[in-house]
Amino acid sequence: MGTHRRAASQGPAGLRLIWVYPDLLSTYGDRGNLLVLERRARLRGIEVESVLVNSDQPVPREGDMYLLGGGEDLPQILAARRLRADGGLAAAADRGAVIFAVCAGYQLVGTEFGGEDGQPLPGLEIIDIRSGRGQRRGVGEILADVDPALGVPRLSGFENHQGVTKLGPDAAPLARVLVGVGNGDGTEGAYSGRILGTYLHGPALVRNPGLADLLLSWVVGPLDALAPADEEWSLRLREERLAAVPS
Amino acid sequence: MGKLPIRARLATTIGGAAGRMSRLAGRGDGSVIGGVIGLRVEPELLALLAADRQVVLVTGTNGKTTTTRLITSALGALGQDVASNAFGANMEAGLAAALGQAPDAPFAVLEVDEAYLPAVLDATKARVVALLNLSRDQMDRAAEIWLLARRWRSALAAAPDCRVVANADDPLIAWAASEAPQVTWVAAGQRWHEDSWCCPKCGSHLSRDDLGWRCGECDFARPPARWVLDGDSIIDSVGQVTELSLTLPGRANRANAAIALAVAEVFGISPAQALPRLREVASVAGRYTQVERRGRQVRLLLAKNPAGWLEAFDVLDPARMPVLLSVNAQVPDGRDTSWLWDVDYRVLRGRRVFVAGERRMDLAVRLEADEVPFELAEGIDDAVDRVTGGSMDVIANYTAFQQIRTVLGRAA
Repeated sequence: MGTHRRAASQGPAGLRLIWVYPDLLSTYGDRGNLLVLERRARLRGIEVESVLVNSDQPVPREGDMYLLGGGEDLPQILAARRLRADGGLAAAADRGAVIFAVCAGYQLVGTEFGGEDGQPLPGLEIIDIRSGRGQRRGVGEILADVDPALGVPRLSGFENHQGVTKLGPDAAPLARVLVGVGNGDGTEGAYSGRILGTYLHGPALVRNPGLADLLLSWVVGPLDALAPADEEWSLRLREERLAAVPS
Repeated sequence: MGKLPIRARLATTIGGAAGRMSRLAGRGDGSVIGGVIGLRVEPELLALLAADRQVVLVTGTNGKTTTTRLITSALGALGQDVASNAFGANMEAGLAAALGQAPDAPFAVLEVDEAYLPAVLDATKARVVALLNLSRDQMDRAAEIWLLARRWRSALAAAPDCRVVANADDPLIAWAASEAPQVTWVAAGQRWHEDSWCCPKCGSHLSRDDLGWRCGECDFARPPARWVLDGDSIIDSVGQVTELSLTLPGRANRANAAIALAVAEVFGISPAQALPRLREVASVAGRYTQVERRGRQVRLLLAKNPAGWLEAFDVLDPARMPVLLSVNAQVPDGRDTSWLWDVDYRVLRGRRVFVAGERRMDLAVRLEADEVPFELAEGIDDAVDRVTGGSMDVIANYTAFQQIRTVLGRAA
């Protein structure tokens, strides 16, 4: 870990959030993840600075957390090509920054992903996963139980992808699928160190504030609980969705 | 009708009867069922029904129904019948039903679902195709928009007798129309940029300035426009500046009117002839309708996707009137509510905001994140009963809008 990261015991630390390529990787509500992280950090007195980095700009290397969203095939291919050429995201990962990647972003942080005709294309190789194109598109609500080691409640979200992802020995499944498709083999998402990816698309953290807090805690250390009034609506939304999608 | 082959005539007669039965039975407005039955009898029905007519097709993510209505009104200046699917039934069956119901109309103005444009263009041999805009919409079931633009591009390039009237300010629309043999470019504006940061031709970053957009890498740039929407004025193809002064509110409807005027010109109708007719349009299939409910004035706005919500906010009464937001996620709405996070709700701060609909919890969390205070409402009447002022605006997505119209009665 780099010296840039301050321990929670020293009081509220600043948090530098980098949203990578919203011009290419923001198909459907991806801004939600940024907004949820900002809100949950600020409610705990943590200062947040958010930086949006478009695909014609260099990716800053000194961020605390990097967000990658979803995208159609061509934008995904362009994003992978530019991120490989830029090198900033891989350098941040080496330094121990937190990376949260959804859908197309999840695929491209792996070693390989499927191009527009399904051909394998090189990813950023910052997590040990390989993705390709599956037989059919997985579209619908997804429910999955998170690896108990992470202490995060059941995931609830929406998926819309045709990807199939296989995990190598250096990555662990994020969750086990109860309803939906996920990686395609009964698991969903992957994590390794501080790199975490998921097929829950778009605003994945909205219905999963526990996952948002896990990512925040990887930067600033253990977090205080929020006041019940600040949790009310996200918990009611979670309840409503969990009831609507019986496992 | 005499010129139709016997099978097509039989098909329209059976279809028409089914439409009347459907209306009598109270199962919808009968605009689709007649076409579905008709197409089963004669698959070429749409082509047969369109033959020997001058057909205008209208497509795009937002504004199809309204623009179809505006063009239909403008063509009224010709003094002849115009067939139209005025209620938004925009797939093949709805189009066949609309043509079958007006067998003698020499003109037809048809809104077409984005995915059906190539097939409908082929079947109807349309004289004019109007392309409005393309942005993210119901992505759980609709094709990706870059893919749609590519399909349109091939279909339009292969239609030599068709004139395309296209919004030059939308890069994806410009890309889709740029291979067509005849194009009238209209600078109709584009407020939503989130789906066009990148060049549709080469993928590089697009830059924007007062003159429009251009690619930083290749030669693709906003085409020079023959018609320009400038605030509330339209600059027409001969440089004449005219105030639009529509009854319909908002920037999006001024853009729709600009396209309608350019389409009307193809038929020899000048803005001076068309505009009085456009100004008479006050509501379109319930959209923008003002209804009295329990002593209060309620205005209905339909918005189905992020770009549509942005345009709806533009129309909200500046007097900080209360607003009810209602969102469902049934199949016609898209099952996925992620798009709520692409809308910036901060403009609603300072207004009293009610949230309703089957997915009101999604709205609640979304508004909380934008620090917009809100109240849960059980539905339109609950909200109406709680507002103290005399009026309220309602913004709802597709099935939520229809539910509210049902509550308010057919007056809406």
